[in-house]
Amino acid sequence: MSQKTLRSLGSLIPWIIPVLVVTAWQLLGSLGILSSQILPTPAKVIEGTLRIAADGSLYEYIWISTKRAFIGFFIGGSIGFLLGLLNGLFPIASRFLDTSVQMIRTIPHLALVPLVILWFGVEEEAKLFLVALGVAFPIYLNTYHGIRNVDKGLIEMGRVYRLKGFSLFRQILLPGALPSILVGVRYALGVMWMSLIVAETIASDTGIGYMATSAREFMQMDIVVLSILLYALLGKLSDVIASILERSWLQWHPNFYRKKKKA
Amino acid sequence: MPGMHIQLKEASKTFDQLRVLQRINLEVKPGEFVAIVGKSGCGKSTLLRLIAGLEPLTEGTLLIDGKEAKGLHEDTRVMFQDSRLLPWKTVLDNVTIGVVGHDKQAARTALKLVGLEDKRHEWPSVLSGGQQQRVALARALAGKPKLLLFDEPLGALDALTRLEMQNLIESLWEEEKFTAILVTHDVSEAVRLADRVIVIKNGIIDLDVEIPLARPRQVDQAFIHYQNTILDRLMKKEIRRR
Repeated sequence: MSQKTLRSLGSLIPWIIPVLVVTAWQLLGSLGILSSQILPTPAKVIEGTLRIAADGSLYEYIWISTKRAFIGFFIGGSIGFLLGLLNGLFPIASRFLDTSVQMIRTIPHLALVPLVILWFGVEEEAKLFLVALGVAFPIYLNTYHGIRNVDKGLIEMGRVYRLKGFSLFRQILLPGALPSILVGVRYALGVMWMSLIVAETIASDTGIGYMATSAREFMQMDIVVLSILLYALLGKLSDVIASILERSWLQWHPNFYRKKKKA
Repeated sequence: MPGMHIQLKEASKTFDQLRVLQRINLEVKPGEFVAIVGKSGCGKSTLLRLIAGLEPLTEGTLLIDGKEAKGLHEDTRVMFQDSRLLPWKTVLDNVTIGVVGHDKQAARTALKLVGLEDKRHEWPSVLSGGQQQRVALARALAGKPKLLLFDEPLGALDALTRLEMQNLIESLWEEEKFTAILVTHDVSEAVRLADRVIVIKNGIIDLDVEIPLARPRQVDQAFIHYQNTILDRLMKKEIRRR
């Protein structure tokens, strides 16, 4: 076998287990060993998907959930990032704020669900608030620590070369903190979906979570399974986004080297 | 472009009650190459950091070209033991930091001086330790410094790379005529490069000796004589004066 075919076969390896699992699932269902009341077969799930895709509600729900997730992420991420920068760059701000932020952080943000429903009902704000709250802390922590742990030798070098203020920040502090910030982003993307699922399941009248809850009431097992699969796919999508960010922003990092083009 | 003239007068440095340097008087003439040697912890690096303006003096004064200096001088550059290149900038962009006005062409010229022009698009982490120090040297030279301070910049390199770097530093110093101060614990490196060697012991200048040998220097009788004089002084048991 040539190198090329070997390599393309190699890229199939991660998919062996998923394919086997789906095949076994379908077989068990078709043979009647696995009751459709417990788990509908993959074929049934595809059928259900086509059914709700036909009237367009599927796309609408996916779009609404994705939008919520990313708006919430943007709001919470910005707050966490700015707060992390503020406390990382100015010791006085960190003395003033860090303890309070750490205390709030220890509250599981999903414990606030009842309060959030009382405040916002099933409106958009409820979902955005929960997502933003969940996302803000991992980004805050990793930005703060990233800035604080930038190599002191590099900062001193910056002083010798008269880098000050914004140019010191842009050339040394921010890039130095970026690997840590991106770890926070990756973690926050996970928290983002989790918060959204909880929020949409409990208090919502649109979105994938709502789709799952209402399907449960009508015993539409195929749609329930579909919702779970959709969350898995969207979760994977955000993971891909995170690794694209890492590869493009951390090209210099030995972990993310790409072959550089000769200029 | 003449080098900088440096005068330290009665300079002392104290860290939390601990006296690191006591009443140091030192003059370095424009364009002179001075080496400071001493055992680890003797205060030689601190002395360099005082001259660099990285640390404030506890007592005494530092005059640069006759004027009292406070903080970092804009024509001073420091080379540290580690290269301190920014890993997220290419070699060329790292050198550009050293150029006043951040002109890439000037950075390229500086890279050519150290023989690494062809590595300009690489990340620093793919270079060897010696190459990284050469890039750091190019970055320091790119700003046309009048004073270049070396804080054991060759300490972490292997013996052959070290010799190469010594020759490079010597020839660049002869070309650019900056004032150079080298802190090292390697006596033969000091004798090889410096016009004058200063021995620091317990925070004071213990020996200040001219090395009038012709350059480039060979390890001959005279070279070994100077090396042994300095080594003897370094290793000698402390004379009790109390």
